[in-house]
Amino acid sequence: MSTKTSMMERISESTRSLTTGVDTKDVEHWVTIHIMGRGYRVPADLTIMTAMEFAGYKLIRSCGCRQGFCGACATVFRRKGEYRLETALACQTRVEDGMSLVQIPFVPADAASYDVAAEEYSYTVFSKHYPEVARCVSCNTCTKACPQDLEVMDYVQAAIKGDFEALTEASFDCIQCGLCAIRCPAEIAQYHVAQLGRRMYGRYGSAEPEHLKNRVAQIEQGEFDEALDELVGATKDDLKKRYAARERESD
Amino acid sequence: MTQDKASRARGDRREAGSGGTRLPYYPGCTLKTTARNLEDSALAVARALGIELVELPRWNCCGVVASLTDDDLMRHLAPLRNLIRVQEANAAGIVEDEMRLVTLCSMCFNTLKRTNARVAERPEDLEKLNDLMYKEEDYEGGVEVVHFLEILREIDPETIRRNVKRPLEGLKVAPYYGCTLLRPKEIGIDDPERPTAQDDIIRELGAEVVDNPRKTVCCGSYQTVANKDAVADLAYDILTHARAAGADVLTTFCPLCAFNLDNRQREVAARHPDFEHMPVLYLTQLMALAFGLGEEACRFDLNFVDPAGVLEASQLVKEES
Repeated sequence: MSTKTSMMERISESTRSLTTGVDTKDVEHWVTIHIMGRGYRVPADLTIMTAMEFAGYKLIRSCGCRQGFCGACATVFRRKGEYRLETALACQTRVEDGMSLVQIPFVPADAASYDVAAEEYSYTVFSKHYPEVARCVSCNTCTKACPQDLEVMDYVQAAIKGDFEALTEASFDCIQCGLCAIRCPAEIAQYHVAQLGRRMYGRYGSAEPEHLKNRVAQIEQGEFDEALDELVGATKDDLKKRYAARERESD
Repeated sequence: MTQDKASRARGDRREAGSGGTRLPYYPGCTLKTTARNLEDSALAVARALGIELVELPRWNCCGVVASLTDDDLMRHLAPLRNLIRVQEANAAGIVEDEMRLVTLCSMCFNTLKRTNARVAERPEDLEKLNDLMYKEEDYEGGVEVVHFLEILREIDPETIRRNVKRPLEGLKVAPYYGCTLLRPKEIGIDDPERPTAQDDIIRELGAEVVDNPRKTVCCGSYQTVANKDAVADLAYDILTHARAAGADVLTTFCPLCAFNLDNRQREVAARHPDFEHMPVLYLTQLMALAFGLGEEACRFDLNFVDPAGVLEASQLVKEES
């Protein structure tokens, strides 16, 4: 968790110049990056996303939560002098001098249509909806591409073996950015395969959590109706007050 | 791993069956899905013989037929990655100085062993593949891909006989090999023309070996997807020759052969009205039966042609009362 915290701190730090309107005269360190082939001088402490905005781009795609959770800002880049094509989330990655990059606003990949309740809990569900999983050559390119550091190839292999639990464990932190799918030589849409697997595991494979069952029963018995009615009837000011005073995790 | 360490691992090999032998084991996708009767029976038989088959951590699809292509090196990443996992399993202490990788599915055996042989012959291919692996350590070439049948053949016949609780007396068994255990001959585990690798074991179980002249004929392999009828005709030929030789059952080690010879009997019967169904079993299922390991080890429930009739006739299983 400590790395996550420090990463979030770094992001917050890196965006300060924009969010607080620091004058560019005060910026000491600059780098040059190439966005779609064109060079821009940007403050060295920006993320790719804020650097693009600094350079004048208005992001209407490839931009979402800005916190590394939504998966909208998939980016492909090369470092100066490096042969390796790298992938990242623009909101989570600091610019580097000489970096050449482009954002991938959308990954065309059809999500299969299915009714989880009507499917058989068997490995055949994958070959039925995503038969291309069998084309996996275990090259591991998907794993290299994953900005969440998931073992993507391992979960594709788990799908082939029909191991729903292993698939769920390995893919749980997927944010569906699609970078695996755009790099896969077997043209598998790994994140859709994983979602199917997790849905199947959720319905058929994992035990129903006791606390959830109890809470649903409480709701159905009307235990929270009064509290809800109270909120619905509250004034805007009262709601604001309650929101500010709510129980919450520390930042 | 150095060459030195690899050869020591081979030289140090303990006699299988001498108790507590732990061998890295590669299952393959089919054994986890449609061919659980091969895996369940083999693991139970191995345990009875004092061999622990330790499932290789993080194994992936062997690569299957695609990896036999000569001009598409990327197809060899899958088999090679599995060989690297053997190195990792040794390094992690999951197995101890044991570079033999045991396979059960003959197709996986063939694929893994061919890639292993290819990279041994062509160091430039190995270098290129290692380079593409990215995070994994390099493959050093010290793994030996073996088939479970080879392990069984190393075991003292007396040990096998001692495990037989219910001799398969009167049962006539036609061992079948198909292609992938035998060809190409550098990869095969027996004479590609006249294989006998299953014979001794079948006799040690108390059964009679029937020689089927079609035991090395191809089952039709993946033609089964696009050309069911051609495969049904091959199955008819193989099974009727076994029948003519007097066989009650046919044994194999390959899930694809088993599918073509067992499940395809539906199509065989439709095309050949004279056809008489014959149970097709994994050799390890017969072993589990003779060892008295119970239904959860035999897994006859997963065979298409129910062997109960034949086994009852030979008084090997109790008739349902």
